[in-house]
Amino acid sequence: MSATTVQFYCLIAPLMAVVLIATLGRVVPKLYETINASVAIVTFLLVLSVYNSMGEAPVARLVLFEPFAGVAIALQAEPLGMLFALMASFLWIVTSIYSYGYMRGHGETNLARFNIFFAIAISSAMGVALAANGFTLFLFYEALTLSTFPLVTHAGTEKAKRAGRIYLFLLLGTSVGFLLFALIWTWKLTGTLDFQAGGVFDSDIGTTTLNALLILYVFGIGKAALMPFHRWLPTAMVAPTPVSALLHAVAVVKAGVFAILKVCVYIFGIDLLGELEIHRYLAYVAAFTIFATAIIALRKDNLKARLAYSTIGQLSYIVLGALVANAAGVVGGGMHMLMHGFGKITLFFGAGAILVAAHKTEISQMRGIGRRMPITMSAFFIGCVAIIGAPPTGGMWSKWNLLLGTVHSSDWLLVAALIVGSLLSAAYLLPIAVRAFYLPDDGGSTKIKEAPVTILIAMMISAGGCVVLFFAPDFAFDLMQMLVH
Amino acid sequence: MLSFHLSALQVVIPLLAAPLCAIFRGPRISWLIALAVGLACAVNSLAILNQVNTSGEIIYALGGWAAPWGIEYRIDSANAFILLIISFIYLVGIFYARDSIKAEVPEHSRCWLYTAWILCFSGLSGITVSGDVFNVFVFLEVSSLSTYILISFGKDRRCLTAALRYLIMGTIAATFYLIGIGFLYALTGTLNMADLAERLPGLASQNTVAVAFGFVVLGLAIKMALFPLHAWLPNAYAYAPNAVTAFLAGTATKAAVYVFMRLAFAIFPDDFFSDLTSTHVIVLAAGIISAILTSAIAIFQDDLKRLFAWSSIGQIGYIAVGLGLASSAGVAASFLHLFNHALMKTAIFMAIGGLFITTGSTTIAALENAGRRMPWTMAAILIGGFSLIGVPFTTGFISKWYLVSAALEQNHWWLAGLILIGSLVTAAYVWKIVEIAYFRKNPDTQIVRQEAPLSLLIPTWVLVTANIYFGIDAQFTGSTATLAATAITGITP
Amino acid sequence: MEGLGIVNYWIVVALMMTGLYVVMTANNFVKKIIGLNIFQSSVFILYISIAKVSGGTAPILTSEAEIYSNPLPHVLILTAIVVGVATTALGLALIVRIRSAFGTVDDHEVQDVARD
Repeated sequence: MSATTVQFYCLIAPLMAVVLIATLGRVVPKLYETINASVAIVTFLLVLSVYNSMGEAPVARLVLFEPFAGVAIALQAEPLGMLFALMASFLWIVTSIYSYGYMRGHGETNLARFNIFFAIAISSAMGVALAANGFTLFLFYEALTLSTFPLVTHAGTEKAKRAGRIYLFLLLGTSVGFLLFALIWTWKLTGTLDFQAGGVFDSDIGTTTLNALLILYVFGIGKAALMPFHRWLPTAMVAPTPVSALLHAVAVVKAGVFAILKVCVYIFGIDLLGELEIHRYLAYVAAFTIFATAIIALRKDNLKARLAYSTIGQLSYIVLGALVANAAGVVGGGMHMLMHGFGKITLFFGAGAILVAAHKTEISQMRGIGRRMPITMSAFFIGCVAIIGAPPTGGMWSKWNLLLGTVHSSDWLLVAALIVGSLLSAAYLLPIAVRAFYLPDDGGSTKIKEAPVTILIAMMISAGGCVVLFFAPDFAFDLMQMLVH
Repeated sequence: MLSFHLSALQVVIPLLAAPLCAIFRGPRISWLIALAVGLACAVNSLAILNQVNTSGEIIYALGGWAAPWGIEYRIDSANAFILLIISFIYLVGIFYARDSIKAEVPEHSRCWLYTAWILCFSGLSGITVSGDVFNVFVFLEVSSLSTYILISFGKDRRCLTAALRYLIMGTIAATFYLIGIGFLYALTGTLNMADLAERLPGLASQNTVAVAFGFVVLGLAIKMALFPLHAWLPNAYAYAPNAVTAFLAGTATKAAVYVFMRLAFAIFPDDFFSDLTSTHVIVLAAGIISAILTSAIAIFQDDLKRLFAWSSIGQIGYIAVGLGLASSAGVAASFLHLFNHALMKTAIFMAIGGLFITTGSTTIAALENAGRRMPWTMAAILIGGFSLIGVPFTTGFISKWYLVSAALEQNHWWLAGLILIGSLVTAAYVWKIVEIAYFRKNPDTQIVRQEAPLSLLIPTWVLVTANIYFGIDAQFTGSTATLAATAITGITP
Repeated sequence: MEGLGIVNYWIVVALMMTGLYVVMTANNFVKKIIGLNIFQSSVFILYISIAKVSGGTAPILTSEAEIYSNPLPHVLILTAIVVGVATTALGLALIVRIRSAFGTVDDHEVQDVARD
């Protein structure tokens, strides 16, 4: 089995879960999570095998269809996509373990629909990761939006439906209005949408056009949640926690920043990007988003809302890394995609665990909760450290590279934004842990009442991942080096 | 020998079959006759397309009277494509009609319905194959008169006023067209399209040509329901029997669009439509306004049939945008959308017919929980709706892609933007339906599976499958549309 | 006979406008159909006028005539008249059914009845 075809199986494998749930699961509903977890492991192994073969030789392009001449639905694994696929498929395993405890513990209904759309969403994320051209990327990007919609509105309440509408309107609106527009324009200009090292644009295309295109791309990829198109992310937090955790900390939002990185590296090329005046201003937008969301996060009392705004800010770090248009920035951006994924999923897991075990959602109610849920809150603390970017977590390496990138760009405003942003993230994350461990509990009870054991296992894996990535970031770093050279 | 007469057979078979229905009068036998006509003509249209693609244009002199004296049928890649669309939609529509019509039309009048339907098909085929502008008028009236009759078979009594209003508008339109070709005849002494195309360039500067063009364009714009001349359409579609609406949505306006293309790009002198008279600006403006505005009106409709009727006007708007670009790429996009829209809208109206059979209503409220009660019917509406929006993996996406790239080819970036905004407005009314069908929870009601009968589901899903297939593999439709545009404009896009 | 041609066309224009005006303003469906007929008739006259060749006679082969009027528009209009008659018949048939369904042939009243 060559790596070329295995790429296709990476997409198909998650869909196996759909078939299994629809057939087997109907008979034995208890099997949902087991099916998901085993399929997730298969998917991860498939991605891993593609990754291994990539060390020997570049993976060939696999054309699935060619809807019309010159535009194909094609897959091709490359370093950045590999990183994304590895992360998403690995964290899917962790999330399915987590779901065991959460969905039942929280008494959710409609589990068949939930698990089916979850699997479709993962398949779409794989498609985004492995897309060989802008067209394929767009197709799976939209599939991801549509398949996550039923997950966002899962609760079926009026609030959930309103959130769903905002979610769809912003994501479809930006992608159809700007991204598709930019893609067709690019196609008209160059005759290709293939991701090519060094970009696709000829030197004779005017800078005004290219500037306009870059704006369209950056804002068209609404999943990257760059201000002012960030509103969908906080509202989407009405979804059940596993959805928030995997999709809105890993798959969906990372699909967004991943697409921006792809466009910067493979459509424009870092060199051309650096020559365009507009990249600097867009970087300022990202810097502003980092700053503004940190301020908003500080004022949010709802834990999931605070985490949501934190996510928006952290995504802008990655966008900023792509837009400073140098090798270190891109390396930092790519690595932050991974590190933030592990860190943020831990935090969301923690929020869900607190909800299931202690039925609390507001940070002000969480005084002393660390004493009742020591394992949960320790993992939560590690997640906080990873997001802030301090040792001993992998977050340090990505923040370090991002900082290097901004220093290379010698734009001190961006450097300042990065540092202030990190300080602010410490300011809005650490008090949660401090409050949990050091302040006395309201009720006075110190009896240990942890979340279900599967939740704890999942949290330990993801928090452990943050630490492991501190000591072994090499594989990610090597992948990113392959990308920029 | 038979292959020589292919083009005539396309019109003659239904024309001869229609009286048979009137003679036998049995509802069942009428349906069988109509179905046989559909099968024969569908095969025939494929044979014609094949012949055109392999050995070029077909020229057929009716009754052996050669062109300037006799009437000529002329088929190239453009009308062969349209013919294919009309024939197949007719075939699927008739297949669907049996049980759908049974539920809506009393037994004694069913044979008349099928008679009118076959005649309508004959007229539409005639419009498409004819190479003579007056002959086009005659067939236009054959198809229109039978359409008025078809609409008047609706269950709701308001179908009668809808039919009468359409009759008045349609007759005015056809008469405008007649005035236009009268001027052309006075000027050139010929009604043959090929002759006209030869003689008109020398006369392009004359005012008469411009006036003739104005009348013809106005007449056809009414027939194709181009905004703001669309007033007849919503009621006609809303009150006609469901099977008839499905058929009309896929075919009726399309034939008029084809004649428009033929006249504007092939018969009138080069650049007459665009640079010399700037009519294309009007068509373009009407198209894009319609695409956005009528889609917005669709959001506020409570009846599904009326909602999708408004949506049809919007989609005609997109086709008009392609025409208004007055380029080969634009015409190709219009051709492609003609085909794609026929697939999606017919499927949607068929699914609505299925909804009507099971629930007895076509209001949006009847859709409550439809996602569970009738998953297949509802999925057909959903996929059709996605296709209208232009979601990837459906034909609608391919249409939008062609249209936007045609707009960008002329650096109309604002137009490309508006087209995409139109998609979002479309998403609003599709979403309104989705929310009610899938996400409105009503704990009091017991959910009972009540899927539409298979005889309705099968034709619906044939179209839905085609919709997805051609959304993924658009090689056939794309290349055929490009060939058609080349045949009409003489320029390869 | 330069004058005749011009007079003909003026009549065509007058009839055309009258017909269109009646169609648009009449509330009574029957009157609308009448207006439609007037409108169509104007076009028939237009075609017949076009066919007239100055000094020509009816297109019947005789030894006396050299110039004939053009017979083709006559044939065309014969077809158009048939179409017109069919349209009128269908329109009236619909009006008969509207009358039995709504009890009136007035546009506004029909709308009122339909609303109730």
